[in-house]
Amino acid sequence: MSKQTAEPISAAGAEEKSSTSVLDASEPNQKTLGRERDEAKERQKSRLAAMDRDTLLNIYHQMVLIRRFEEKSAEVYVAGKIGGFCHLYIGQEAVAVGALSALRNDDYVITSYREHGHAIAKGMSPESVMAELYGKATGCSKGKGGSMHMFDKEVNFLGGHGIVGGQIPLATGTAFGSKYLGTDQVTLCFFGEAAVNQGAFHESLNMAQLWKLPVIYICENNRYGMGTSLERAMSLQNVAQKGDAYDMASEFVDGMDVLAVREATMRAVERGRKDYLPTLLEIRTYRFMGHSMSDPGNYRTRAEIEKYQERDPINLFVASLKEEKIVDDKALKRIDEEVKQQVENAVKFAEESPYPAPEELYTDIYANPIDPSKNKAR
Amino acid sequence: MPIITIREALNQAIREELARDERVFLMGEEVAEYDGAYKVTKGLLKEFGPKRVIDSPITELGFAGLGVGAAMVGLRPIIEFMTFNFSILATDQIINSAAKMLYMSGGQFNIPIVFRGPSGSAFQVSSQHSQAIESWYAHFPGLKVVMPSTAADAKGLLKSAIRDDDPVIFMEQERMYGNKGEVPDDPDFTIPLGVADVKREGTDVTIVARSLMVPVALKAADKLQEQGVSCEVIDPRTIRPLDIDTIIDSVKKTNRVVLAEESHPICGINAEISTQIMERAFDHLDAPVKRVSGIDVPMPYAKNLENLVVPDVDRLIAAVKEVAYLD
Repeated sequence: MSKQTAEPISAAGAEEKSSTSVLDASEPNQKTLGRERDEAKERQKSRLAAMDRDTLLNIYHQMVLIRRFEEKSAEVYVAGKIGGFCHLYIGQEAVAVGALSALRNDDYVITSYREHGHAIAKGMSPESVMAELYGKATGCSKGKGGSMHMFDKEVNFLGGHGIVGGQIPLATGTAFGSKYLGTDQVTLCFFGEAAVNQGAFHESLNMAQLWKLPVIYICENNRYGMGTSLERAMSLQNVAQKGDAYDMASEFVDGMDVLAVREATMRAVERGRKDYLPTLLEIRTYRFMGHSMSDPGNYRTRAEIEKYQERDPINLFVASLKEEKIVDDKALKRIDEEVKQQVENAVKFAEESPYPAPEELYTDIYANPIDPSKNKAR
Repeated sequence: MPIITIREALNQAIREELARDERVFLMGEEVAEYDGAYKVTKGLLKEFGPKRVIDSPITELGFAGLGVGAAMVGLRPIIEFMTFNFSILATDQIINSAAKMLYMSGGQFNIPIVFRGPSGSAFQVSSQHSQAIESWYAHFPGLKVVMPSTAADAKGLLKSAIRDDDPVIFMEQERMYGNKGEVPDDPDFTIPLGVADVKREGTDVTIVARSLMVPVALKAADKLQEQGVSCEVIDPRTIRPLDIDTIIDSVKKTNRVVLAEESHPICGINAEISTQIMERAFDHLDAPVKRVSGIDVPMPYAKNLENLVVPDVDRLIAAVKEVAYLD
């Protein structure tokens, strides 16, 4: 695929493809709708048939783990165990899990402050993520980063970044590094649709296409930048179309369909790995929770949230697995139990871990600390 | 020892470090085919090729952030700002990414990068292209800030900055690129960061000066010597971390101090040094600390007005006489 010109897709339903506006959730033509639904089913069937059961179960496992982990995060946040900001990923699980399932372990991932899900999907332990939320010494960033700044060099997870769009130039740089060093590692860079309005996005896409860098920009379009809807913030609301401005391949993806995300990412990864080419993916998703734990939620209706919840990414995936008789309730329940234990272990680990020692305040500021008072050179 | 310009000294430093370490690359506006807007990078494209010496679009936030990302995966970028005035567009990446990455990642990702380019007052380019903003960067833990004043310092300090494992803000002075001085041609010649240099020894008054103010202070010291006043001129060379001990030692000897800088006075480096002197050498002072800073206005274009802004020999002499209670 050199240039994708597909119609946009909404997380509220793939059938919206035929509607007049990308954001218009009004009822589409029933006849078209029926046909597209059949096509989508066929597509899903062949996707599932092409994958082994363990991979599929692992995808389910990760999505449920992230969901339960985030529910627990909300619970302990309310209980006062977690401080600061806490941006939950509930509703968007198919994006991180689908996209990261298309990667090799040594590929790079970098993201925004809504990153607990990406961290877990990249292979970081729920223990280290929860401990970081608790601000404990055993956290993935030693308790210095918190919810918004999780890092794990071991798995090439290059952080959650707190300034909207700030990670996009960084990702462009890690991809530059891969090409410079002659490796075939690609970089996946996640950001919300609000970041697309930042200069950092446009400056980065320009350089990435100009210099042909193996980076995949994944816009998780959840329709709201905090409480400001896409319609109120963006003149051209087709994010994928913005790739055209930089002559970059781009694609719309249904972010509630984990396998669609996986497939689109695989195409992009191949483009990056083989030809050092970047891709812009606009993945339409929706966050079921507020922007952060302090969100009053008065900018959208309960009905709107419920409409999207009908296409809950986990439920959709389970339904398709069951329809193809790939799993039964027993297998799913076994995973659910395992996840429950994982989350409990994470909380227990975080609760029991020590806070950072006061001396830690002054470490990690410089890799080569210089104390001028100890200079003998003069 | 060869006598070369600061421009050539910087060029040597970059050339030697590019040759020494494959992970070092140079990126910025006009650094390659144009040979550098100020010719600091002259000939480097020819010698090292377009993989190592890269012309960027005019996109400061973008390429500064690209550099930080490249540093996260093992490269050692030198990012040139055509002037530090344009680095203002990139401050998010310098301050929020480069300076804080090591800390907020719990020690996992250090950022070995040099942001360099000319800074300070230029000649008649008005407000946006003629300003000294070192105090901005010096404010942030995680950054190191270097400001050389001689050709040898420029070379030795830049080589150290490139070899350093932390982000270094390396501010050259636009008016000083043509200044000449002796520079060792030993490729292993470096000057450690964080070490002040006594540019002239004296007994009566200490002048702390950096960058453009060093030659001005030395000239003032010459003239004052003729009048029987012996000045010690100290160049911190690195603003963060600041070698305050060398300054304090000198103040304890002379008991009088003048601080010179071309930047604005409010929240400036002079204000910081003054405070530290007060904290550590109050009882040694025979006169209040005297600051000589750039006049607190945006830089004007007209030559006569511009000349009033940048501290000159006369203003320094007047300040020294004030703290020495002369005239």
